[in-house]
Amino acid sequence: MKYKAFLIKYAEIGVKGKNRYLFEDALVKQINHRLKRLDGKFFVTKESGRIYAEAEGNFDYDEVIDTLQHVFGIVGICPVVQIEDTGYEDLKAAVVRYIGDVYGDKSFTFKVVARRANKQYPVVSDQINRDMGEVILEAYPNSRVDVHSPDVLLRVEVRHRINIFSETIPGPGGMPIGTAGRAMLLLSGGIDSPVAGYMIAKRGVTIEATYFHAPPYTSERAKQKVIDLAKLMAKYTGPIKLNIVNFTDIQLYIYDQCPHDELTIIMRRYMMRIAERLAKEDECLALVTGESIGQVASQTMHSLAVTNEVCELPVMRPLIAFDKQDIVDISLKIDTYETSVLPYEDCCTIFVAKHPVTKPVLKRIQNSERKLEEKIDDLLETAVSTREIVRCS
Amino acid sequence: MEPAGKEIYFDNSATTRVFDSVRDVMVQAMTEEYGNMSSKHKKGVEAERRIKSARETIAASLKAKEKEIFFTSGGTESNNLALIGTALANKRAGRHLITTCIEHASVYNPMAFLEEQGFRVTYLPVDANGIVSLEALREALCEETILVSVMYVNNEIGAVEPIGEIGALLKEKNPSVYFHVDAIQAYGKYVIRPKKLGIDLLSVSGHKIHGPKGAGFLYVDERVKIKPILYGGGQEKGLRSGTENVPGFAGLGQAVREIYTDHEARVEWLYTLKERLVNGLKAMEGVTVHGRTGRDSAPQIVSAGFEGVRAEVLLHALEDKGIYVSSGSACSSNHPGVSGTLRGLGVKETLLDSTLRFSFGAFNTEDEVDECLKALHELLPVLRRYRRG
Repeated sequence: MKYKAFLIKYAEIGVKGKNRYLFEDALVKQINHRLKRLDGKFFVTKESGRIYAEAEGNFDYDEVIDTLQHVFGIVGICPVVQIEDTGYEDLKAAVVRYIGDVYGDKSFTFKVVARRANKQYPVVSDQINRDMGEVILEAYPNSRVDVHSPDVLLRVEVRHRINIFSETIPGPGGMPIGTAGRAMLLLSGGIDSPVAGYMIAKRGVTIEATYFHAPPYTSERAKQKVIDLAKLMAKYTGPIKLNIVNFTDIQLYIYDQCPHDELTIIMRRYMMRIAERLAKEDECLALVTGESIGQVASQTMHSLAVTNEVCELPVMRPLIAFDKQDIVDISLKIDTYETSVLPYEDCCTIFVAKHPVTKPVLKRIQNSERKLEEKIDDLLETAVSTREIVRCS
Repeated sequence: MEPAGKEIYFDNSATTRVFDSVRDVMVQAMTEEYGNMSSKHKKGVEAERRIKSARETIAASLKAKEKEIFFTSGGTESNNLALIGTALANKRAGRHLITTCIEHASVYNPMAFLEEQGFRVTYLPVDANGIVSLEALREALCEETILVSVMYVNNEIGAVEPIGEIGALLKEKNPSVYFHVDAIQAYGKYVIRPKKLGIDLLSVSGHKIHGPKGAGFLYVDERVKIKPILYGGGQEKGLRSGTENVPGFAGLGQAVREIYTDHEARVEWLYTLKERLVNGLKAMEGVTVHGRTGRDSAPQIVSAGFEGVRAEVLLHALEDKGIYVSSGSACSSNHPGVSGTLRGLGVKETLLDSTLRFSFGAFNTEDEVDECLKALHELLPVLRRYRRG
């Protein structure tokens, strides 16, 4: 059997009132963008509340499904058999063949729902329903009609061609990328931050990322790992602009000037400051982190509050109330787990104190930061201006 | 990319840059004499001639017969073939194998596989210098023993094992026991005569001697009973099926030709570099050079622990200056955790995670050693100031 098109179902977009077309256009654009890289030629069109991706020439079915399952905004993908209108008898034969190919001799209940978008077609929808039901019952003795909860809901759409479909393959859900502005993700090499980025992107947000690199304490491989993670995320989020900031001098300066047990928290405040600065340059509306309450010393409620204090932009923490295992489950699902657990050290742990503060007091931290006044602005300036930008897709 | 001139490559025990002549031979083999040795036409004959010439060179370097040289994909395959191939072919004679506790993973893991297959393996201890105990070997040998495998030069600290003495001991105690030597770090540095040393099987890798990666050989004494581990078209007299890697083997032959030309002078040069580095390191505060360092150690390897510095950080700091070294052994540094060999040698716990290996090759110079020592002088105080905990 040859599928020639895919009907794309979307959910939340449907209720967006007058902005609806913006969401639909964004989804069409995303689908176009992703399908462009595959073998075959695809025409993506929107038509009375539906999106069709029609294929011309040879394409790899599995590849198309896999690609569409990475496009946020899609809740379902229906592979469609398309036939030319060569007469009513041919349609009947095609329907029988379709059922045979997809369901074979299994016993199943079904219902036919025809839709006559082309009003020139000589047979009305109700009649199509009845006639198709009859030929299916005849051809497949194990089948039965059930109009209330059928196993198979067979749709026959008469347009300029005739579409036959029944299966729906689940999509990732969410909202199309590009419908909700930009956000800056603080991307480490761990399990959490890619998941956080994925979750925010799923709501239609375009993701940009910042990674803090601390050579020679972190290696070239640790950096490559983060680039690889961004590429894996990009399968869902679309291209990610990754800012790689050299953080070593700032870290060593904090080490020299501030109490050692406050190093991590002060360091994180500076990371937020830098990320926010880069975010504003690129018109991001928020920061995103993979923090989750209590996971490590720098993620206690107290630490989060102290870290948060330096930011003006909203900081989104989609994992804040997630257990580790739940985060791991998502990272497995989105395929970032294996890369995340590669054993390269990230810059948060290289100088970590034996007993870092877990209940930092803002005033004390601010006092410690005063000891950095002499050089810190220059160091921040250098870190930002020497950053490396890698486009990950 | 660093400009080539600024690079100081002290990781030659991980791999080496090929000799220019090796590259030329390989390019020719890939673009002109690209035939399949099994083909009956001229192209096949050309390729065959190439491989024959490489085999002759290698056999001559060992004073062995051509038919005793079997080309492989490198050290790992040679070790696997030697161990698994002889163990399976001789299991009726006995099921006991002996090796040491400082072998490379490509000996260690086939041994573990053979243990799963019902063989018993004894792992001999080494002393503080990494030298295996002959006494322990004498005790471990028994009626059931069919194979003893000992590396010639340890890849992590450059300890040289008493191969000749082991060979003699085996001949005296039980001449039917096969003696396998992993010579991957030794071939090219030593003149090795398997027949004189009582070696029955000897593994060699091309890319440690300025030859290509993906090419190596196993010397198999003609009287050894051995089974293949790869089955197929019956190349290499049925012991190693698979279309011959003509450019690889030709390149390997050329590398052997070069490395054993002016051989004494080459080795002398490596010792000069080693002495210079060892003296420089010994003069530094908080640096311990592991194992023996004189002429009784391998000429190309120096292993040193740097108190209060994490090896990986020092490695990357040197990298930043264009100096490439390795932490522990590059082959095992993919794994988290510290080197089993170093621990086996009784290296101080505080130095286990602080040890770097410097390894020299034909392209290194004295200036590079000085440059490296200078870099260490600069880096160590800084790195010691900033630490964890």
